[in-house]
Amino acid sequence: MARPLINVPAKVKRGQVFEIKTLISHIMETGFRYTTTGQRIPRDIITFFSCSYNGEEIFSADFYPAVSANPFLTFYTVATESGTLEFKWIGDNGFSETASVPVTVE
Amino acid sequence: MTGSLPRCLIVAIALAACVASANGGDIPLDQRRSGYADLGRDTKAMQDDDTSNPTTLWVLDGEALWNQKAGSANRACAECHGDATASMKGVAARYPAFDAVQKSPIDLEQRINLCRTERQNATPFAFESHELLALTAFIGRQSRGMPIVSTDEKLKPAIEAGRKLFMQRIGQIDMSCAQCHDDNWGKHLTSSLVPQGHPTGYPIYRLEWQNLGSLQRRLRNCMIGMRAEPFDYGAPEAVALEAYLMWRARGLPVETPAVRP
Repeated sequence: MARPLINVPAKVKRGQVFEIKTLISHIMETGFRYTTTGQRIPRDIITFFSCSYNGEEIFSADFYPAVSANPFLTFYTVATESGTLEFKWIGDNGFSETASVPVTVE
Repeated sequence: MTGSLPRCLIVAIALAACVASANGGDIPLDQRRSGYADLGRDTKAMQDDDTSNPTTLWVLDGEALWNQKAGSANRACAECHGDATASMKGVAARYPAFDAVQKSPIDLEQRINLCRTERQNATPFAFESHELLALTAFIGRQSRGMPIVSTDEKLKPAIEAGRKLFMQRIGQIDMSCAQCHDDNWGKHLTSSLVPQGHPTGYPIYRLEWQNLGSLQRRLRNCMIGMRAEPFDYGAPEAVALEAYLMWRARGLPVETPAVRP
């Protein structure tokens, strides 16, 4: 069950710097671990995250095996126009998850 | 640091434990502290804010399961229990509880599985499965901030049995739970702080596990560390130990679902 959780303020003032918090459920299996019978557990991680604000990319990150399970990312942007924040996570084994939240700029 | 240092420390703590347990005993009620008090600033912040607390992922899945029809009875938890924010308030604060039908104490996970088999005619969830942890976290979340209650007279035999297990030296290291958690809390076992061991926030998101886990998983963890044979999940001994720990933590607020290192 992959489930993204996004938290942004309901309303922001024009020009205000506001925080965006994202959390997603993912095992982030490193690929470096072995089972008790010696079989390598294949890597299964999120490899890329991006956030767009009204279509323009404002933040992106490459993920590597050292990133924890259920990655939590927080970053900031400047409020320009009301619109939508779109989030995208891409990973191993065809993993793909998206989310979007509205932003109201006053 | 050399590789032999941890062993020296373990020996040192074991020796200290021998001295302390001669006049040791229960922690005075006013000196008890939740493991939360000793968390780092980052981990505290992680637990305090639901939007950064990874357990929220399980709580939301638990809420979905609560409202989802299950089993051949085709019945959801919500159809009997209604709104969990009202009906489940305070429930996790008094578990393990005595079950009149089983004539024994059962913990919250077992209660959920009994409901599944008896009321929903569904297969029970496996211990530590995502579903069982999610439902337990969701139900436990409804008691957050409420004091742990352990007043049921019928639980007394289990609490006594649990206390004996807590004091009993076990495993190849020949240690008891009490030697760390009653007599030497606040000191360090290698780099880790020894907590008092109050189960205030289970199921917990343990950073070491990178996952949510039950109190029984935590107990098994300690037992493996003591090189003892861990109790099976759901074993009466495990539930008795849980009952004793809840009695020992009575009055402390529920933090479920908590974050711990």
